[in-house]
Amino acid sequence: MDFKDTPEEAAYRQQVREWLAANAPKKREGEPDPLGESSDGLAASKAWQAKKAAAGYACITWPKEWGGQGGNPIQQVIFGQEESAFPTPGNPFQIGLGMCVPTVMTFADEDTKKRFVGPAIRGEEIWCQLFSEPSGGSDVAGARTRAERAPDGSGDWIINGQKVWTTGAQFSDFGIVICRTNPDAPKHKGMTMFWIDMKDPAVEVRPIHQMSGGSGFNEVFFTDLRVKDSQRLGAVDDGWRVSLVTLMNERLAVGGASGAGWSAFLESARQTPGLDGGAAIKDQALREKLADWYVQAEGLKHTRNRTMTALSKGETPGPESSIGKIISAVQMQELANSAVEMLDQYGIINDPSLAPLRGAFQASLMSAPGMRIAGGTDEILRNIIAERVLGLPGDIRVDKDVAFKDLPTGR
Amino acid sequence: MNFDFSDDQKFLKNEARKFLEAQCPTSRVRKVLDEDAKSFDEDLWKAVGEQGWLGAAIPEQYNGLGLGRLELCVIAEELGRAVAPIPFASTVYFLAEAIMLAGSEEQKAYLLPRIAAGEVIGAMAVSEGPGVTSASTLQATVEGGKLNGVKLPVTDGDIANVALVLAKENGKPGLFIADLTDASVTRDALKTLDPTRDAARLTFKDAPVRRLGEAGQGFELLEQINDRAAVLLAFEQCGGADRCLEMAKSYALERYAFGRVIGSYQAIKHKLADIYVKNELARSNAYYGAWALNTDAPELPVAASAARIAGSEAYWFASKENIQTHGGIGFTWEMDCHLHYRRSRQLSLVAGAPRVWKERLVSQLERRNAAA
Repeated sequence: MDFKDTPEEAAYRQQVREWLAANAPKKREGEPDPLGESSDGLAASKAWQAKKAAAGYACITWPKEWGGQGGNPIQQVIFGQEESAFPTPGNPFQIGLGMCVPTVMTFADEDTKKRFVGPAIRGEEIWCQLFSEPSGGSDVAGARTRAERAPDGSGDWIINGQKVWTTGAQFSDFGIVICRTNPDAPKHKGMTMFWIDMKDPAVEVRPIHQMSGGSGFNEVFFTDLRVKDSQRLGAVDDGWRVSLVTLMNERLAVGGASGAGWSAFLESARQTPGLDGGAAIKDQALREKLADWYVQAEGLKHTRNRTMTALSKGETPGPESSIGKIISAVQMQELANSAVEMLDQYGIINDPSLAPLRGAFQASLMSAPGMRIAGGTDEILRNIIAERVLGLPGDIRVDKDVAFKDLPTGR
Repeated sequence: MNFDFSDDQKFLKNEARKFLEAQCPTSRVRKVLDEDAKSFDEDLWKAVGEQGWLGAAIPEQYNGLGLGRLELCVIAEELGRAVAPIPFASTVYFLAEAIMLAGSEEQKAYLLPRIAAGEVIGAMAVSEGPGVTSASTLQATVEGGKLNGVKLPVTDGDIANVALVLAKENGKPGLFIADLTDASVTRDALKTLDPTRDAARLTFKDAPVRRLGEAGQGFELLEQINDRAAVLLAFEQCGGADRCLEMAKSYALERYAFGRVIGSYQAIKHKLADIYVKNELARSNAYYGAWALNTDAPELPVAASAARIAGSEAYWFASKENIQTHGGIGFTWEMDCHLHYRRSRQLSLVAGAPRVWKERLVSQLERRNAAA
């Protein structure tokens, strides 16, 4: 038991370090943007992606013929660790390269793959994933956006409807969209996947004003969007199976919540007056919470180390890797709230020029609710652990064998 | 990255599980639980000794197996899983580790081979009454090599023949080795929450003792011993917590209510998912503690604290929610759920309660933060 690289891993890390030292940016342009939710610095992001692609580091585990390195997952992890030491620009390519393009690579014809994979890996074209709808976030198979054959006999499809919570739609060039094609079939059996051109005038992108004040996500409206049958991914009405390929990667792509953590809390508690004039860190109630958060954070860190060990041995990581977001998103929220309450009346101030750590705790507090929802809600993640890890039965589905059009929809 | 046990260590763990499934089914644990006169399972203790586990981490020069602490960790996990009713922790995690850490050559040569041979049962005599024992509350005294005082509760104090006793000598705390078979020591068995791990009140009247380690270093040494024990206890807690999850899961899959298995209700599924999450956090923290223990890393105090806090939380949560998942039947004496509920309390309290460790952890984080 140790934390050392194998000789092969050490050699790869060294190679990556040397390449990053020679090529990675030395100072950050604009605000950090780990999820690549804003289009600020998009040019910098694209330039960095092109450099990585040229050197084979953009999609390390992809085959060489598609611009990858034919590498293994541990090399991907090593590159990520080393890259994080540099102030690289945001990564708006994660969703495309992690979910959309692999779906295209699995289901599209050779010409389509040749057309799209190269520009995507080089960062020239950005992809978004259009699954969630106002009527269903966790329930992807409840999609109501319709795709119908054009009446002119061309074989084209006409898409109408609305998607929501689409990350990066405002700067995406293409997207994959799941549509209802057979409302007479049960919900899972009447959907079809397509790739679409996001710049088509029949596609309208409207930013969502989040409760945190930001606008990283969008609503996307389709009004008579015409797509060729060749844009179909997988068979007609087989979109659910296609979406599973896409979503397989989502939990890995979304990862854990970040935000100000236990060490920021500790630092703040040492500098903030507490109950009797001494520092707040003397408050026993806060100390107990701090201990709990530290233990959780360490537990997640070493769970990642266990996952890396499995990858390093060429094994598939065990189910323990699924616990991250359940813990980190809730901790982000509770820790931020305790940090704000520690400031007493002053905690209400949400001005970066006045609040400690430039308002990091206030920012965490306001974005944490989103972290508990995005990429699988707390509740859905518990279902996943219960069903896929522990082998408990799936929920009884009242909508399974009913024609989609006959399902009760509420409001 | 190689943050896992080796294939050999996993093999040992598997062998330990098979051995304990055969030698320590809960029917054997219940004999100790149900019979007041029975303090521990002597046959199991002997069998465990024959396996070489008592001397697993003791160097070969003292007749141990000379394996590392990682081997002890995998054994500990299986003992925890089996709720083994033997004084393994008192003897191996505390006494043997303490002697190896701070014993003189003479103390090592005398005690370690006897521990490895199963001739010694150890006990840790620190507490003197309700609340946390500190330098300001400590009453027991040593003068001229004679110990006077009362210690309670002392886990395994009724069956041990050697105890480590915290006492003041010339006003300064020290740790002392006492022979409990000496006529100057009186032992009274105590009723405890976990009768499968007995405890006693020890009364010392001019009992002859030898000091362990430096004079005046009692609490410092005790902390170092507790750090080592905490990692090993955390593995027992992981083993117990995982067993609770298995019990809850298998009951949830066989018990029907309202026409379906109860494991199909989200209230139960989410409860079991929460147990799983806590168990994994405890396991990952325990692994880091194991690494720190095995390499004697400077991170040990922080790593051991985290392992103990996470292990205590996971086993407590798993043991109580296992009963809840079982419903009424889980509250009966005949079901095994309460064996874990009891043991989880024993393991959380024996080396100091979680809040003591949380305070210790934060103090260390504070120092680290101030130094940075």
